[in-house]
Amino acid sequence: MLGEGILKGLGETAKNFAASFVSKDRLTTIQYPEERAPVIENTRDFPFLVYDGEDKMAGLRCVACQICEKECPPKCIYIVKSTDKKPDYVGKPQIYPARFDIDISVCMSCQICVEVCPFEAIKMDTEFELSTTDRFGGLLYDRDQLARSNQHYHKIHPTEAAEVDARLAEEKAKSEAKAKAAAEAAALKAAAAAAAPKPTPAPAPAPVSVKEPTA
Amino acid sequence: MSHSSTAEMKVYRPPVVDIIEEGDELLEVAMGPHHPSTHGVFRMDVALDGERVIRLKPVFGYLHRNHEKIAEKASYLAAMPYTDRLDYFCSLTNNWAYALAVEKLAGIEVPERAEYIRVITAELTRIQNHASSIGFLMQEMGASGTPLMYAFREREKILDLFEELTGSRMMCNYMRFGGCRVELPTGWLAKAQTIVDGLPGFIDEIEALLTGNEILMARTQGMGVLKPDLAINAGVTGPMLRATGVNYDLRKVDHYGIYDRFKFRVPLGDHGDIFDRYMIRILEMRESVTILHQAIKDIPAGPIMDPKSKIRGFRPKPGEAYGRIEAPKGELGFYLISDGSGNPYRYRVRPPSLINLTILEDMCLGQNVADVVLIFGSVDIVLGEVDR
Ligand code: SF4
Ligand code: SF4
Repeated sequence: MLGEGILKGLGETAKNFAASFVSKDRLTTIQYPEERAPVIENTRDFPFLVYDGEDKMAGLRCVACQICEKECPPKCIYIVKSTDKKPDYVGKPQIYPARFDIDISVCMSCQICVEVCPFEAIKMDTEFELSTTDRFGGLLYDRDQLARSNQHYHKIHPTEAAEVDARLAEEKAKSEAKAKAAAEAAALKAAAAAAAPKPTPAPAPAPVSVKEPTA
Repeated sequence: MSHSSTAEMKVYRPPVVDIIEEGDELLEVAMGPHHPSTHGVFRMDVALDGERVIRLKPVFGYLHRNHEKIAEKASYLAAMPYTDRLDYFCSLTNNWAYALAVEKLAGIEVPERAEYIRVITAELTRIQNHASSIGFLMQEMGASGTPLMYAFREREKILDLFEELTGSRMMCNYMRFGGCRVELPTGWLAKAQTIVDGLPGFIDEIEALLTGNEILMARTQGMGVLKPDLAINAGVTGPMLRATGVNYDLRKVDHYGIYDRFKFRVPLGDHGDIFDRYMIRILEMRESVTILHQAIKDIPAGPIMDPKSKIRGFRPKPGEAYGRIEAPKGELGFYLISDGSGNPYRYRVRPPSLINLTILEDMCLGQNVADVVLIFGSVDIVLGEVDR
């Protein structure tokens, strides 16, 4: 019968219409500004810089190695290295970014900076309501705007952040153990040197053995 | 008129140019670049005799982003996120094709589990691409919204899966040379299984809604016919080619990845018209569901990255490679030449959308303008890939 297919199709839409009153599955849209879908854990949009502790600038993990700047496909990261150093999370003095800008209007949220960063210093945020009336300045974020605490990272990507923290703690423990072993070795050497003053040991070996493990 | 039988004309409309009488005035219309039916910025310069199309000249390039040259200046890794933006409906298959080319170039092995993940994501991509392309086709036919929204409702679920896995709904940037970027999150496979289980219901629904519809049949059957010989000569691939009855599916022909392990059929058309293309897409979605069932069942545990492959400082030996896959729209290939440095010496994309579009004029000659919109929609293109 002509029109049968059309009627069948209309039946299908009628089914959906009626079911939308009873079944949540059929009612798929949400009223955005009032209602919000939960943010999926792995979501990414723009990068931020992680800092530990309270002070934003002192706690920045970034050591301005500029790897991300080099690997970023659209080249939207701009870094200026500092001339002085500050201690990093294991207490080793490191240079830090005197300037760290990301042009969010150019960034394509590809996550490559996160992948290549060897210091777990840059991660992806999930904040998406970023519109601004200032097209140029408003979308050029400096290090102050980019810095987010580790707690924030834990809040948005709990699984990933826990893994990162475990890795960093392990590294820290390793480097502490290394430092301790080095100190012990140095002490032993010094003791040996003190016990056997005869062969006139050169003073050089001790500092070398201290330096080696930390390098 | 130089043609002998009118019966012949009904089946296969001849080139219309010789029906025009000397002195006939043609109306030249530029459809696009901002025409709602052109899926983006694309222009068709159409010459009309009344409603009939006499000439059609496609004009490309409005969305040109210099993808290939940029990739030649960037590292191998840096080109990966740009491939997402080729056919932005199917970023995961684009990733795969590029990764495959680089893997061939550098001789990198892909671990089992990563191969399965690739198949799962690629088939999900195919389903959401076909669903939305059917939706858009109906939109162009005047079925404003309903079929498209039904398709998008299903696509939404698949995109949520992608987001959970890769972090992004459309710009996934997920595959790497020698595997995949991140492991599946816990519970992802179970979720994928639930969604895949729901897909046949969706396909049944869309078929009940559309397949028997008289308007759809009247407007698509016998329209925009493409002959198999022309399709082969023009290099048309994908559902467009299979709708003409040519049995050519790279998953069967090339056995790239691990497709030889799965049992699935390749649906073929008979007439090469719009309706066949629609039907092929429906059937391919069904076949993809069977592949997904097998892949989700069989996926082994193990690493997802070749431990030898490097993310940074990747320098393949000098040589060339062509990696191709059966993307939802056709054969997507990447041709790479390496000179041993950190960036490809030559990088070239074989985009199915562009090549499938080259026969647009042949399909449209003699048809009405309103049908041009439909024929164009049935090709299933994305301008990001046409113009690159
Ligand atoms: S997400 Fe990609 S584009 Fe954005 S800053 Fe990082 S590397 Fe650059
Ligand atoms: S964010 Fe990471 S990769 Fe970038 S400069 Fe800082 S430490 Fe280096």
